[in-house]
Amino acid sequence: MAEYEFPEGLRYSEEDEWARLEGDRLVVGITDYAQQKLGDIVFVELPEAGTHVEKGDRFGSIESVKAVADLFAPASGEIIEVNPDLEDHPELVNEDCYGDGWMVVIAPDDPAELDDLMDAAAYAKHVESRED
Amino acid sequence: MSRGPEKVGNTTRGIAYEEPLLFERSRPGRRGFALPPLDVPEVEPEALLGAEACRETIPDLPEVSEVDVVRHFTRLSTWNAAVDLGLYPLGSCTMKYNPRQNEAAAALPGFAGAHPLAPASLSQGILQLMAELERHLAEISGLDRVSLQPAAGAQGELAGIMMIRAYHRHRGESRDRVLIPDSAHGTNPASAALNGYRVQTLESGPDGLLHPETVAAAMGPDVAALMITNPNTLGLFETHIEPICEIVHTGGGLVYGDGANLNALLGIARPGDLGIDVMHFNLHKTFSTPHGGGGPGAGPVGVKNILAPYLPVPVVRELAGDEGEGFVLDYDFPHSIGRLHAHHGNVGMMIRAWAYIRSLGAEGLRRCAEMAVLNANYLLSRLRGTYHVPYEGRVMHECVLSDRLLQGTGVTTLDVAKRLIDYGYHPPTIYFPLVVQGAIMIEPTESESLEGLDRFAEAMLAVAEEARTDPERVRAAPTRTRLARLDETRAARRPVLRWQPAGPSKRP
Repeated sequence: MAEYEFPEGLRYSEEDEWARLEGDRLVVGITDYAQQKLGDIVFVELPEAGTHVEKGDRFGSIESVKAVADLFAPASGEIIEVNPDLEDHPELVNEDCYGDGWMVVIAPDDPAELDDLMDAAAYAKHVESRED
Repeated sequence: MSRGPEKVGNTTRGIAYEEPLLFERSRPGRRGFALPPLDVPEVEPEALLGAEACRETIPDLPEVSEVDVVRHFTRLSTWNAAVDLGLYPLGSCTMKYNPRQNEAAAALPGFAGAHPLAPASLSQGILQLMAELERHLAEISGLDRVSLQPAAGAQGELAGIMMIRAYHRHRGESRDRVLIPDSAHGTNPASAALNGYRVQTLESGPDGLLHPETVAAAMGPDVAALMITNPNTLGLFETHIEPICEIVHTGGGLVYGDGANLNALLGIARPGDLGIDVMHFNLHKTFSTPHGGGGPGAGPVGVKNILAPYLPVPVVRELAGDEGEGFVLDYDFPHSIGRLHAHHGNVGMMIRAWAYIRSLGAEGLRRCAEMAVLNANYLLSRLRGTYHVPYEGRVMHECVLSDRLLQGTGVTTLDVAKRLIDYGYHPPTIYFPLVVQGAIMIEPTESESLEGLDRFAEAMLAVAEEARTDPERVRAAPTRTRLARLDETRAARRPVLRWQPAGPSKRP
């Protein structure tokens, strides 16, 4: 199995997004597994700030030289911030998916929804089961 | 040091052209025309047209002679890969040979010189051909009516979903969800979304097929349609198509059939008989019209009678009874979704498709499907074991492999595709369908001989062997092309879409 990095303290979705609660802000991006599988990312389509999303809604898409994938909201809430750097520098997702490659900040309606997501260990198992 | 020609006489390697951008051929004052001296009074353009219609500066256009232009584009044309040069195994695209006979038919002066604004009385030949082509497509697909209007498969698909929406709206039903299996064509969700539908993806089973219980579980009173591709993008025939259509119909929905893979079914199975209500035809795939580089296409759309009131206008109608004999364009469809194309549609493609259908006949069309399926299965059987086969089973007109057995060599699907160019082949479709990681999708079509298939199989096997013995060579490919491997990532991230003068744009 290839080497992936899944930091502790983040919550992970089955669709390979990560979410990090910072006070009442939920920062969202895609995981190391997702960015490695997609390969070189060339375009990230994100919604406007102010959009309300339901958990599981498609909120954007990400395009690599291989494929286009949808982005799904890991929790319900209002998108209050969108990473402005990704428009010109989509490679940030490949270079630093948990840092500068973040995608949106959601003001979650109900932070308890995060309990439905996986922790790093559970997500690593989820990835492993798909690598077989 | 002199480098003499490698071969003299009957040479095949002596001429290979480089060609700059047309802008780089530009020289100030060079022209491709000459005008006689002005022999009428000169007027100021601003006085004649108004100042707002006149440019203040002339855009930086290339200044070239006629021979410059002809050589430029002719040289570029020699860089093309084409089905006229070799096997073009692009999966899902049905790159079959385009018979020259089609071209001869389309070039007949009566067709080539016809004007779209000529009255019906002077266009009877073309109208009759359109009426016949509609009937042929209806017969082949098992549907009742066909419109030849749409200009491409995607527009036929859009028209089909627009008719489904019009049908539900006319019945006073508000349905806003469309079901699409993960093995359907990529354009399907776009067509549904353009019509304001929410798209729900249905997962195909471990056998690569859509299962009735999956459809039943997703069905509801808000479902407008199921969009299905059969054979699906894995090249597999959806064996549960009949019960699936029944579930959708019972729930009040309609079934859209993506016609892109019709080549596998010609003369053997008819989508209309299987439960499909509406489908499009890709004349450039199944019916051997050219795959234009964005040039004229044709994507007729066929329907069952329940959808006929919504067909795009105009529809060709044969006169009957007191009306006399002949054909007219009929606009009298009050529930029509409207016009999709100017005039008659892309008539040149219709002539070619008609010529193809009539020259092959029913037996010949069936033979196309049989040979296309046989060829795909032959390639699959030669490549199985060397390349991973993600979904086993008898394939139809195309087969899907993956790079899984090359894991550990560092060589991926992309590298295999690039290396095939060195062997003289346009690469297959790669990384599609999305349900297969590292997919390699091969559609040889019926056009290839056994020897041609063997040569391609040998190339695929040789590349896999190289992946083990000399992976760097594969990863560096293509190396025999004019330009070595291009940086596709940079091209996508930082596209240079316009020529810009480097420094002073004109030579002194």
